[in-house]
Amino acid sequence: MSADERSWPLWEVFTQAKDGAPHEHAGSVHATDAEHALQNARDVYARRNEGISLWVVPSTAITASTPEDMGPFFDPANDKAYRHPQFYTVPRGVKVF
Amino acid sequence: MPNRALFSALLRLGDDRLVLGHRTSEWCGHGPVLEEDIALTNMALDLVGQATLLLQYAGEVEGAGRDQDALAYFRDALEYRNALLCELPKGDFGVTIVRQFLYGVYSVLQWEALSASTDTTVAGIAAKALKESKYHVRHAGEWVIRLGDGTDESHRRAQAAVDLLWPYSGELFMQPADEAALVASGVTADVSVFEAPWTAQVQAVLTRATLAAPDVAWMQRGGRSGAHTEHLGHMLAEMQIVARSHPGAKW
Amino acid sequence: MTPSPAVSEDPQRTAEFEARIARGESIEPKDWMPERYRKQLIRMMSQHAHSEVVGMLPEGNWITRAPSLRRKLTLLAKVQDEAGHGLYIYCGTETLGVDRHELVQDLLDGKAKYSSIFNYPTLSWADMGAIGWLVDGAAIVNQTMLAKASYGPYARAMVRICKEENFHKRQGYEIMVTLSAGTPAQRAMAQESLNRFWWPSLMMFGPPDKDSSNSDELMKWGVKKKSNDELRQRFINLTMGQVKAIGLTVPDPDLTYDETTGDWQSGPIDWDEFWRVVKGNGPCNKERLAARNAAHDEGAWVREAALAYADKQAGRGTEAA
Repeated sequence: MSADERSWPLWEVFTQAKDGAPHEHAGSVHATDAEHALQNARDVYARRNEGISLWVVPSTAITASTPEDMGPFFDPANDKAYRHPQFYTVPRGVKVF
Repeated sequence: MPNRALFSALLRLGDDRLVLGHRTSEWCGHGPVLEEDIALTNMALDLVGQATLLLQYAGEVEGAGRDQDALAYFRDALEYRNALLCELPKGDFGVTIVRQFLYGVYSVLQWEALSASTDTTVAGIAAKALKESKYHVRHAGEWVIRLGDGTDESHRRAQAAVDLLWPYSGELFMQPADEAALVASGVTADVSVFEAPWTAQVQAVLTRATLAAPDVAWMQRGGRSGAHTEHLGHMLAEMQIVARSHPGAKW
Repeated sequence: MTPSPAVSEDPQRTAEFEARIARGESIEPKDWMPERYRKQLIRMMSQHAHSEVVGMLPEGNWITRAPSLRRKLTLLAKVQDEAGHGLYIYCGTETLGVDRHELVQDLLDGKAKYSSIFNYPTLSWADMGAIGWLVDGAAIVNQTMLAKASYGPYARAMVRICKEENFHKRQGYEIMVTLSAGTPAQRAMAQESLNRFWWPSLMMFGPPDKDSSNSDELMKWGVKKKSNDELRQRFINLTMGQVKAIGLTVPDPDLTYDETTGDWQSGPIDWDEFWRVVKGNGPCNKERLAARNAAHDEGAWVREAALAYADKQAGRGTEAA
C-alpha cells in the first residue's frame, strides 16, 4: 500500500523578507497544486511573519546552470537543481537510494 | 461596572474559539502529512489566541477577579457558552476540515460585523481575528473541495462529515434574546443575519466539491445557554485536570 | 572501526573534495561528492528529521492538558516548530536524491533511527519544562555545530532551526523556574521530572567517543566538528548553573566539580540503558512508531484525495483549452 503510494510533487519556496528585498530560496514543500503549495509555504516558511511575499515553483520547472558555466568541481550529470527521484522515472519496485 | 449581557456575549465568542481550537489542537503530531499538521496547528493557535483575548476581556467586564485562565479552567461544562458544533469530537480529517470550513465562514461574517463594533476592544480583536479566519476559510474550503471531488473514499467521508455536522450548523444563527441591548447599541452583531450569506457561500463550495447538504428536520441547539452534548464534559475534564489539581497555582 | 573507502570513487576528486571541506567551503547539491558522503549525509539528516517528527509526540501528549492558555499556546507553537524543523530537514535531505516518502517509510518500518530520548514517556506537566530545557538544550549544543556543516542545504536548515530552538529552551527553563518558585507540589513535580530526564539527556550526545563508530568519517567531512564526549561535557557545564539557580539537584551522587578544568565531572552513565533503548526496548519505542504509523495509515486517504483532485483538475485544464 504505502510503498506504491505516489508522493505529492515537490515545490521550491522563495520568500521576500521585507519591502525592497529580493526573494530568497527558503526551502521546499510538498503539495498537489499551486494554491496548495502557496498555502503550505505560508504555513511552513512564513507563519510568524505577516505580509511576507511568497513564490512557489514546481521543482521540475527550475533549470540550473550547465557545467560550462561552473568550475571544475561541478557534476555535469543533469540540468536540474538537484538530484531528486521525481525528476527521473524509475521502474516500480526498484529501490533507489 | 459589570455588564452581565456583555460578559455573556464575550463568553459565547470566546468559548467557541477555545473549544474549537482545543479540538483542532488534538491533531498536533497526528496529521495526515507534515505540511497539514503545521496548517492545522496554525489554525488551533489562531483560535486559542482569539479565545485568550476574548476571555481576558470577559473577565475584566465581569469584574469579579476572574482572568482568562480562571474562566477557561475553572468553569464546568454547564457554564460554557460555545455552540455545539465546536465541541463535537474531531473525528477523521474530513470531519475536522468540514467543521473548520462551516465554522470559518460564519466566523468571517461575524468578525467583519464586529470590526465595526462600538466597543473598541471587541473591534480591535475582530480586526486581527478577521485576517486569521479568512485564511482558515481559504484553507479549509480548498480541502473540502479536494476531498469531495477526490477519490470515492474521500467523497464518501466528506459527505458523511457534512451529514454529521449539518444539524449543528443552525445554532450558529440563533440570536440569543439576552443580547438585544448589545445589538441595539452596536456592541455585538445579530448572528441571524449571517445565515443567508453563509448558506450561499457554503453551498457554492459544496457544489464544487460535489457534496450535498442533507435535509435536517431539527437543528440541535442549547450550547449558548449551557446545555451541551456529553462530549464537552470529557473534553473539559482532560483540558482542566492539571490546573484543577493545583488550585491557586501559577503556571 | 573506520569503514574502508569505496574502491570505485575517483581518488583525485575525493582529495579535492576533502580539500574544499578543509577550506571551509560549502558543498552544494550539484557538486561532485563521494557516494559515501552522500549516503552518510542522507543517514544523518534523515535521522535528524525523524527525531524532530517523533519528538512531537512526547510533548504533544500534554497539549490538551496545558494548565494555562499561555502555556497551551506556547506548547502548541513549540511542537509545531518541531514539525517545521522535520520538514526543513526532510526537504534538505531530498536534495541528495531521495524522496521524503522513502525516508518516512524507513522510519515507519523501524529501519531508521531517531534520537532515543523520545522513547521516554512524559508523565507530568513538569516534563514540558524538562524537555524544553534539557532536551532542546542538548540539541542546541549539537546543532550550533551543525550550522557550519559542510553540506549547504543542511547548514541553511540548521540556521533557521537554531533561531527557533533558542526560544524553546528558554520556554522550557521558564516552566522549571515557575514550578520551582511555586507550590510545594509544583516544586516536587519539577524535581521529579529532572530526576527522570537528567540521564537520558546526557545520553543524547551518543555513546562515549571510544565506542562511537561513525564519528571519524563525519569529522573528516566537516559534518561533525566536535566529539560526543566534548559536547556532553559542554552541556553539563552549561546546565549545572541553571540547575542550581532554581534550587534543584541532579540525580547524580557522584557529580563533582573540578576546580582546575572548570568542568563538572559526571558520575557513570548507564550505557546498558542507552543501548537497550536504542535497540528498541525503551519505555515508548513501540508506542512512538505505532503513533507515527497510525497517523500515516489514517492519512492515506487524505493524501490520495489531494492527488486525485489535482489529476482531475489537470485533465479538466487540457479539456477546457
